[in-house]
Amino acid sequence: MTELTYVTDEMRAAQGQWGEPWTAPPITDTDIRRWAMATFYPEQPPRIYWDADYAATTQWGGIVAPPDFNPFAWPVERRSRGGSPGLAGRRPDGKPLTGMNGGQTDTYGVPMRPGDVVSARNRLVDWWEREGRLGHTLYVRSEIEWRNQDDELVRTRFSIGIRY
Amino acid sequence: MSVNFENVNVGDTLPKWSRKTSFAEWNRYAAVNEEFVPFHMDDEAGRRAGNEQGAFGMGNLRYAYIVNALHAWIGDTGVVREVGCQYRAINQKDDVLTVIGEVTDKRTEDGEQRVYLDINVVNQDGGATCPGHAVVALP
Repeated sequence: MTELTYVTDEMRAAQGQWGEPWTAPPITDTDIRRWAMATFYPEQPPRIYWDADYAATTQWGGIVAPPDFNPFAWPVERRSRGGSPGLAGRRPDGKPLTGMNGGQTDTYGVPMRPGDVVSARNRLVDWWEREGRLGHTLYVRSEIEWRNQDDELVRTRFSIGIRY
Repeated sequence: MSVNFENVNVGDTLPKWSRKTSFAEWNRYAAVNEEFVPFHMDDEAGRRAGNEQGAFGMGNLRYAYIVNALHAWIGDTGVVREVGCQYRAINQKDDVLTVIGEVTDKRTEDGEQRVYLDINVVNQDGGATCPGHAVVALP
C-alpha cells in the first residue's frame, strides 16, 4: 500500500530554488499609521509610528514601520501565489487542502520607512508530514527575503505552513 | 521608561502586554494586512475549518502583539532583531491574550548588545498559545 502523502512533484522540483522577486507598492506614512492603529487597538500606538516631529528626535531620524509591517498587502495587481497551487500540497483525491499558519521566525535588518519600495523573493526549504488532531497534516517550511530599494536586507522569514 | 543592556539581567520578565480579542481587533487587522480569510471573519467558516467555537483570530496578529510588547519594553532606543513563534492553540473570540517573556541570555555579538528572551502569548485561562523567542539589541 502506498503511504499517504500530500507532497507534490511541483514541490520536489521547487525545493531550494529562489522564485522570481516581486515588488510591493511604495510604503506611505498612512500605511504605517493604520497598521500601528490596528495592531495596538484600542490603545494609541507609539509616536514613532505616526508623529514625524517626534520620530525625527529618535535613533531612526524619522517615522519607521513596526517590524511586523507588511508592505505587500493591497497590491493593485494580484500576484499568483507561488506560481502553482501544487506548491502548497495536494490531496490524492484532488480535494483542496485547508491552510493554516504554523508559525514563523523573522530576523530584521534595516527598518522600513515611508517611501521605501520593498521587494521579496521566496523558496521552499523543506517539509514533513504526520498524523495530527486534524488528520493527516503536511508542514511546509519556506523562506522569504525582503530587500529595500537600496538592496539592504529588511527581513528574512522562515515560516511553517500547515495543510490538512 | 525603557531598559538598557547594563540593567537587564537573566531571569528578568517582560512587562505584561494584553489585549482582549474579538472581531473589532481581527477585522482591523484583516483590513491592514488584507487578511480576509473566511475562518477569521465568519463563525460558520470557522466551524467548517475545524474550530467548533466558530471564527478564530489570526496568528499574525498574535505575532504583532509580541512585537508590540517588545517595543513597549525597549522603547525607541532599542531594536527588535528577531522574533519567532509557533501557533500552538487557537485564539478564540473574546480571549484576553497576554504577551509574557523572560530574559534567557545577554551578550555582545556583531557589534550589538543583544538580549535573548523566551516568549509566549497566554490566554485568560493561562493556556500558552504561542511559544517563541525574541532577540533585541539595547543601548
